[in-house]
Amino acid sequence: METAMMQQDKANKDEIKKETASKALLLVGVGGQGTILASKILSEGLVQQGYDVKMSEIHGMSQRGGSVTTQIKFGPKVYSPLIGPQEADVIVAFEKLEAARYMTQLKKMGTLIVNDYEIYPLPVLLGQQAYPENLLAVLADYVEKQAGQLKVLQAHTLAAELGNARAQNMVLLGAVVKALGLEDFAWEEVIKSFLPPKLHDLNSKAFQCGLSF
Amino acid sequence: MKKLLTGNEAIARGAYEAGCTVAAAYPGTPSTEILENIAGYKEIYSEWSPNEKVAVEVASGAAIAGARALAAMKHVGMNVAADPLFTMAYEGVNGGLVLVTADDPGLHSSQNEQDNRHYAPHAKVAMVEPSDSQECKDFVKMAFVLSEQYDMPVILRVTTRVCHSKSLVELEAREEVGIKAYQKNVQKYAMTPAHAKVRHVIVEEKLCELQKAAEHSPLNRIEWGGRKVGIITSGISYQYAREVFGDEVSYLKLGLTYPLPEQKIRDFAAQVGEVWVIEENDPYLETAVKALGIKCKGKDVLPLCGELNSGIIREAFGSPKGKKVAAGLVAAPGQELSLPGRPPVMCAGCPHRGLFFALSKLKDVVVSSDIGCYTLGLTPPLAVTDTVICMGASISAGIGFEKAFQKGGVPKKVFSCIGDSTFFHSGITGLIDAVYNKSKICVVILDNRITAMTGHQDNPGTGRTLQGEETAAVDLVPLVRAVGIKGENIRVVDPYNLAETEEAVREAAAATEPFVIITRQPCALLKDVQRARAGMYCAIDQEKCRKCKACMKIGCPALSVKGGQVVIDANSCNGCGLCLQVCKFEAITKAGE
Repeated sequence: METAMMQQDKANKDEIKKETASKALLLVGVGGQGTILASKILSEGLVQQGYDVKMSEIHGMSQRGGSVTTQIKFGPKVYSPLIGPQEADVIVAFEKLEAARYMTQLKKMGTLIVNDYEIYPLPVLLGQQAYPENLLAVLADYVEKQAGQLKVLQAHTLAAELGNARAQNMVLLGAVVKALGLEDFAWEEVIKSFLPPKLHDLNSKAFQCGLSF
Repeated sequence: MKKLLTGNEAIARGAYEAGCTVAAAYPGTPSTEILENIAGYKEIYSEWSPNEKVAVEVASGAAIAGARALAAMKHVGMNVAADPLFTMAYEGVNGGLVLVTADDPGLHSSQNEQDNRHYAPHAKVAMVEPSDSQECKDFVKMAFVLSEQYDMPVILRVTTRVCHSKSLVELEAREEVGIKAYQKNVQKYAMTPAHAKVRHVIVEEKLCELQKAAEHSPLNRIEWGGRKVGIITSGISYQYAREVFGDEVSYLKLGLTYPLPEQKIRDFAAQVGEVWVIEENDPYLETAVKALGIKCKGKDVLPLCGELNSGIIREAFGSPKGKKVAAGLVAAPGQELSLPGRPPVMCAGCPHRGLFFALSKLKDVVVSSDIGCYTLGLTPPLAVTDTVICMGASISAGIGFEKAFQKGGVPKKVFSCIGDSTFFHSGITGLIDAVYNKSKICVVILDNRITAMTGHQDNPGTGRTLQGEETAAVDLVPLVRAVGIKGENIRVVDPYNLAETEEAVREAAAATEPFVIITRQPCALLKDVQRARAGMYCAIDQEKCRKCKACMKIGCPALSVKGGQVVIDANSCNGCGLCLQVCKFEAITKAGE
C-alpha cells in the first residue's frame, strides 16, 4: 500500500517530468548491428519511468545491409514520432559513416555518440567510392559548430573484450542513458527482460561499460 | 494496462478485442506484422493467403457467414483485391468486415506511392484513419461497429509511420460477439445484374445515412486553439501539425475520412481566419474542402510527393502569428562530403546471386523481374534486370516483350525471374498464358522456400501455415508440368552450383518452347540455414591470388579490396562457394565444412 508520503513523492516526480519538454533521440546504424533491440529497451525503460513515448523505425530492406534508423521521442506528451532537421537531443551512431549521414539532425548543444567502427557499403566494397578517411574530424568540426558534445567510443572492441562484439549495442545504450542523464533507473532489469538468461551477464557488463563514458 | 505497441500490433489487438474470428492477408511492408500478431490470438482463425484478392474474399465470405472478419494488405495489394472490394460494397456484410490498407508515402519499401484514400469514394465504402497506436486499436473496433451498422465493408487506412511507430495503448478485454446467424439471401449476396441494380440504390442510401452520422461521429473532433488559422487534417499528418503549431491554431482532426462531415467542415471553417489542409500525397481532403466552396491552403505549398515531417510543414506555412518560423534546415555538410550511399544488397550467401551471375554471362537477353529480394538483380555489378512492374508481371510482361521482339525481328531471349511466393501470388496465370499462347520465354522460379523480403513468412510452398501447423506444400515441378510445360523443358538446379546453373540458362536461351528453370536453395538468412552453415566460409590464398578481381563481379558483400588485397569477411560469408567457382587460379578455398 502506498503511503501518503510516497504518493506525494510520486506527484512531485510527475510534476518535474511535466516541466521537461520532450526529448528526441536518434539511433542510426546498419542492419544487423542491434540498433532496434537497443531502441526497444530504451523505449520500454522510458515507459516504465512514466513518460509518454513514441518510437519509429524504418527497416524495410535493412537485413540486406541498408541503413537503419530508429527515432525515439519522450516527454509529458509526444505528438510526431519523427525527428526533424536539428531536432535530435542525442544521436547515437553505431557506425561512423552513418554518423556523418545523420549529423545534421543534431540540435544545437546536442550530443553525438559515435561507435568508431566502419562497415563498408557496397559502392566502397566494389571500389567505386572511397570510404571517407577523416570522418571523426568532420564530425568533431560539425559538433563544435553546434556547440555540442562528441563522444567517440570503441563499442565494438569494448564488447569484444567483454566476451562478444555483438554486445556493442549495450555499450552504446549505456552511453545514451548517461548522455540523457537517466542513469537513476533499473535499466539492467529492462535489458534482462529482453534477453535470454545466458546473455544477462555479458550485456549487463557491456551496459555498465557504456555508462562510464 | 498501458503497453507500447506499434500501429500494426495495435490493429491486431483491436481485432482481438472486437471479437474478430477470421483474418487473412498476404505479407507486404508496412502491413505484414498485423497478421503476424493476429496469429498470436488463438480465438482468431488467421491465414497467409496466396494473394490479397484471396485474402479479401476469405474475409468477405466469413463476414457474410456471420463472423467479424479482417483482411490486411499494403497499398498495392488493394489493387489486387479491388475486384471483391467493389462488389462487397454492394453485398454488404453480416458480421463486420474491416479491410486494412497500409500505404507507404515516401516509398520506404514499395514500387509506387499511390494514395489509397481514393478507394473509399471509388468503391463506395466507409474509411477511417487512425493517427497513432491507441487510435489504431480504437478505430478497428469502431470500424467493425460501423460495418455492421451501415452494412458495408469499412477501410482502415494507415501509413508506414503509423504502422511502424510505437506509442502507448490501453489494453482491454475481448468482446465475445460470436458468429451471427447466416440466412440465405441471394438478392443481397449473389450479385447478378438484376440484384446489383437494386443494391446500388441501397449503397447510395446507406452512404447518405452515414454521411449524416459523420457530422456527430466521435471519430471527427475539433481541438480549439488560436482561431487565426484552422487546420483540417487526418492520420499521421495530424501529429506533425500538432507538433509544429501546438495551441497557436485550431484543428479539425478527421478520423472518419469517408464520407466526410460536410457541415462540420463548413462550421469549422466559418469560425477560423483561414483554413489550411495538411495531408500527405494527394489533395484528397483539400479537393473535398474546396468543393464545399471553402478557400484553403494546401498543396499550393505542400509537396505531392514523399512523406511530410515537421520541417516541411514549418517551411511551407510559416507561423500563424505572421512571422516565418525558421525551418531549421542548414546546408548539410554530409552533402558536401558526398558520402557513399548504403543501398540494400543481396546478402552474402544469397542463393539468388548464382542465377543472376549466370544470366550476366549471356548476350542478347532481356530480364523481366518481379517483386522480392531478387529485384536486387538490377543493381551493379550484376545489373541484369530490365523491368520490374508489380507482383507476377515478370512472366506476363515477359510474354509481351517476347511477342513484340518477334514482330520486330529483335533476336533477344526473354528471361522472367520470379520468387516462389510471388509465383503463387500471381505468377501461375502468367505461366499458363506462356504455354497457352506459345511464348518462347524462360521462366525462372527462384525457390528459396520462404517469403523472404517481408521478413520470412510461410507460403503455400513451405508446408507450414501462419498459425504454425504443418500442411501440404505445393510441389512446383508437377504444377509446372500440369499447366503444360514439357518435362524436357524443365530444369531444377542448385544456384550455389554455378556450372549446373549456367548450363540450364544456356539451354533455356536456345529453347524454342516455353522453358522453366527452378533454382532451389533456401534463403541464407533462415535460422536453420544459418545454424547449418554457421562455421562455413571461404578464404583467399593471397599467394595464389592474381588480383584479377573476377570474384568481385559477383557482388558479394563478404568480399572487399583492402590494402590492395581481395579479402573475404569470414563472419558474413556462409561458404556458398560462388566466388570459388569464378576464380580461375584456384586461390579461394572452402573451410569449416
